[in-house]
Amino acid sequence: MSGKKLAIIATKGTLDMAYPPFILASTAAALDYEVQIFFTFYGLTLLRKDLSGVKISPLANPAMPMPVPMPVLVSALPGMESMATMMMKDKIKKKGVASIEDLRTACLESGVKFIGCEMTVDLFDFKREDFIEGIEYGGASTFFEFAGNTDICLFI
Amino acid sequence: MDFNKELDARGLNCPLPILKTKKALGELAAGQVLKVVSTDAGSVKDMEAFAKQTGNELLASQDQGKEYVFFLKKK
Repeated sequence: MSGKKLAIIATKGTLDMAYPPFILASTAAALDYEVQIFFTFYGLTLLRKDLSGVKISPLANPAMPMPVPMPVLVSALPGMESMATMMMKDKIKKKGVASIEDLRTACLESGVKFIGCEMTVDLFDFKREDFIEGIEYGGASTFFEFAGNTDICLFI
Repeated sequence: MDFNKELDARGLNCPLPILKTKKALGELAAGQVLKVVSTDAGSVKDMEAFAKQTGNELLASQDQGKEYVFFLKKK
């Protein structure tokens, strides 16, 4: 252990926003940090056993590189989200970038602690059996118990 | 350079070369040497930073054009 600690709050549930928490947490763990991620609101969906609902949205995302210029109204058509997700996943694979599942497993294997927001489970009527094993559930003060003594604390 | 184990990290992108390096070092005894071959240009700086922060010594870092070769001595 380097003695350093990292706390991350993961609040987003889209494919692009799923990467930063898992990349940073797994890398910090490789650097001997003690790491906790608090998953809240849409971020909690990143802990589902089935991650097929984690998609990329071309809508309201003008920075997203497109193979051809895409008017906003076209991006809003049915099926565009699935298509963008498929294309992105294909690119991820081709470029040797890890999948979210792989990074999440790497986190768990290296001792990163996942905290699921209890309030979010209740708010969205989520079922605990839909989430992976090994998560601790808690609230804001559970997060602060660890976050209060960290070297780095990130809100993603 | 002599080494005890080789890790093929070709084709992998950030942060996988580092994560796999960490794992591979875990299977070595203190003082043993790990050779890592990567194609990720970012791994040159990352490997230096990894060595600095974890205390595993980076004995050599070689740029062989399209491939990068590292030798790490386990702490």
